[in-house]
Amino acid sequence: MRKSKRFTAMALVAAFGLVAAACGDDKESDGTSAPTGPSVGLVFDIGGRGDQSFNDAAAAGIERAKAELGITFTEASPNDDGSNRKELLDLAAESSEVVIAVGFLFEADAAAVGVANPGVTFGVIDSAMLDFANGAVPYGDNIAGLVFSEQQGSFLVGAAAALKSTTGQIGFIGGVKGVGGLIERFEAGFIAGAHAVNPDIEIVSEYITEAPDFDGFNAPDRARDIATAMYEGGADVVYHAAGGSGAGLFEAAKAYRDAMNINVWAIGVDSDQYNTSDPAVRDVILTSMLKRVDVAVFEIIKAHIDGKVVGGPTVYDLSVDGVGYSTTGGFVDDIVDQLEAFKADIISGAIVVPTDPAEA
Amino acid sequence: MTRIASVLRRIKTDAAAPVMALVFAVAASSVVLLVAGSNPIQAYSDMLKHASKLETMIDILNRATPLFIAGIAAAIGFRMNLFNIGVEGQYLLAALVAAHVGGLVHLPAPLHIALILLVAMSVGAAYSGVAGVLKVTKGVHEVISTIMLNAIATSGLIVAGLQAWQAGGGLGGNVTRVGTTPIDESGRLPNLNGFVEIFTRDIGRDRELTGVLVVAIAVGVAYHVIVGRSRFGFDLRASGANPFAAHVGGIPPKRMIVTAMVLSGAVAGLVGMTEIMDGGVFPANPIQGLGFAGIAVALLGRNSAIGALVAALIFAFLDISSGILQNTGSASREIVQIMQGLIILAAVVAYQVTERARAREEAKAAATALAAVAS
Repeated sequence: MRKSKRFTAMALVAAFGLVAAACGDDKESDGTSAPTGPSVGLVFDIGGRGDQSFNDAAAAGIERAKAELGITFTEASPNDDGSNRKELLDLAAESSEVVIAVGFLFEADAAAVGVANPGVTFGVIDSAMLDFANGAVPYGDNIAGLVFSEQQGSFLVGAAAALKSTTGQIGFIGGVKGVGGLIERFEAGFIAGAHAVNPDIEIVSEYITEAPDFDGFNAPDRARDIATAMYEGGADVVYHAAGGSGAGLFEAAKAYRDAMNINVWAIGVDSDQYNTSDPAVRDVILTSMLKRVDVAVFEIIKAHIDGKVVGGPTVYDLSVDGVGYSTTGGFVDDIVDQLEAFKADIISGAIVVPTDPAEA
Repeated sequence: MTRIASVLRRIKTDAAAPVMALVFAVAASSVVLLVAGSNPIQAYSDMLKHASKLETMIDILNRATPLFIAGIAAAIGFRMNLFNIGVEGQYLLAALVAAHVGGLVHLPAPLHIALILLVAMSVGAAYSGVAGVLKVTKGVHEVISTIMLNAIATSGLIVAGLQAWQAGGGLGGNVTRVGTTPIDESGRLPNLNGFVEIFTRDIGRDRELTGVLVVAIAVGVAYHVIVGRSRFGFDLRASGANPFAAHVGGIPPKRMIVTAMVLSGAVAGLVGMTEIMDGGVFPANPIQGLGFAGIAVALLGRNSAIGALVAALIFAFLDISSGILQNTGSASREIVQIMQGLIILAAVVAYQVTERARAREEAKAAATALAAVAS
């Protein structure tokens, strides 16, 4: 009896090996080069590296993990229509221990691939990775959602905008409206922060596109037109939450400042854009709302190594410096004390920042 | 005997152009790869090795299904010399409305599926029909009207529809998933994995072969039979080849234009079924661009059902290859788009070359026949 069981097991193993061989799986075993850390598959959203903002923040996190944790990684971006997101996740799951999907558009596909690959850790940026159809439980213990309290960071830059504004009018440019309230969170925090400083301040908001048109995240020319109109209309600080489109805002601010000799400002997003943007426009960037995608990427890899991956959402908020504001350039040095006071109030709960612009 | 010979000759001339195009495209792509610092042999072998896996074949079929349907939608117009650029707007609008209606009703499976397909085809047909009616009543060129209708659909109607019909609940806080109300299981087409697994090993890695493939095959067969073998198909082709002669021959040109646009739109309405019948919702980020890809498929497939099938498979194979090229690091993903462009370009040139060669040969044959009669 025992013997036959063992024989069955051996036959199974042999058969499995044959099937595996027959499948012609490539990837010579990674063990030959003896890497010190796990292999990570990083899947960007459309556009990939080079947006000076969201995707580049993720890239910074993986580079840091490579340097500090000794990981190896592959990276990929979807086709322009996003049709092969799932295939990219599948491929990454086949060749990596950790798969990181940069962006909420991966949610459904990451849930499916994550469930099919329980041995692989999945980290999805900007999605809670909760199965709302089945009572808001995590899709799996291996599937982590890395979400940010963008409204809190936006509150601080909104306060900074109101403190710096001399015209009493400021602006907000959102990338894409109507994607589950993601960009609206930036807007809500920005408005609330500005109102906390000056209840009478006028805030003009505009979105570049609305879902299902996602061009708004990569349309610097349209951001430039909108920003120019805002500056000409009297706004003197404009904040953007529009990914790659932000470059257009900076150009508009620079051009308006040079032409009119009026000290207008722009506020960056996600990365410290004083460092990532074109050097020619840096002196108009008052501050940037930092969304530490790099920290989230690094932390999920570290959690995998330590065996501490938790399914479902991990929230990166002000209390863990998951969001914040940048001081590079020194333009907000004079108001840092006030911003820090707001920050302390948000962390303590004295200020609760709304996530819906209608409530701000 | 002569019949066999003529069939053979036809195959030779029919196959010459695609083969020439493929050879040229592969050669030119190799140059691009070399210039970009990649090893073409390595890249092609990665692509082929990847595509030979069962799971990848499922991916390719899933991608080819909507491409093929979009190709047929465009081809119906092309047969009539109508350039229906509006497939894009038609399929997105149709998918949105069909997903919304499908999510509202609760019916037994066959009825539910039939209703969704019917709604999708009706919406596509109606939206495309607008362009047809504008053309015959006001003389508006269909290229202009369908471009405008695309813009109205994607930045107007679909935006409004997505907002109005967004599934309620659970969207506050950090939740980002949005779309229409999910369609009941009864309204989704079952996957075809069971059918495929009769012939192969089990399909692994959670791949599901889309049930819409059956719809695509039905569309392809119907197109082949109706356009190639029916009275209506003859009228359609005749009007396309020479509208004046067709008119004189008793084919009403205005009715043919509207009918062709409506049929093209009805098929276009089915393009989005892979999105809503597999996933169950029309999401905030639907796959866009299939309508324009369909034009390329029809062009490469020379408006025939078989041609469109081959073209859709080639395009799908290339689309799917972008992942493995990035994963192995053998080439950048842009090479896939470059190859698609090269294939279309090469095909257009090759068809032109073989067409001229054929015309020359015919002229020569006619001349020898004449000479034989004269002597």
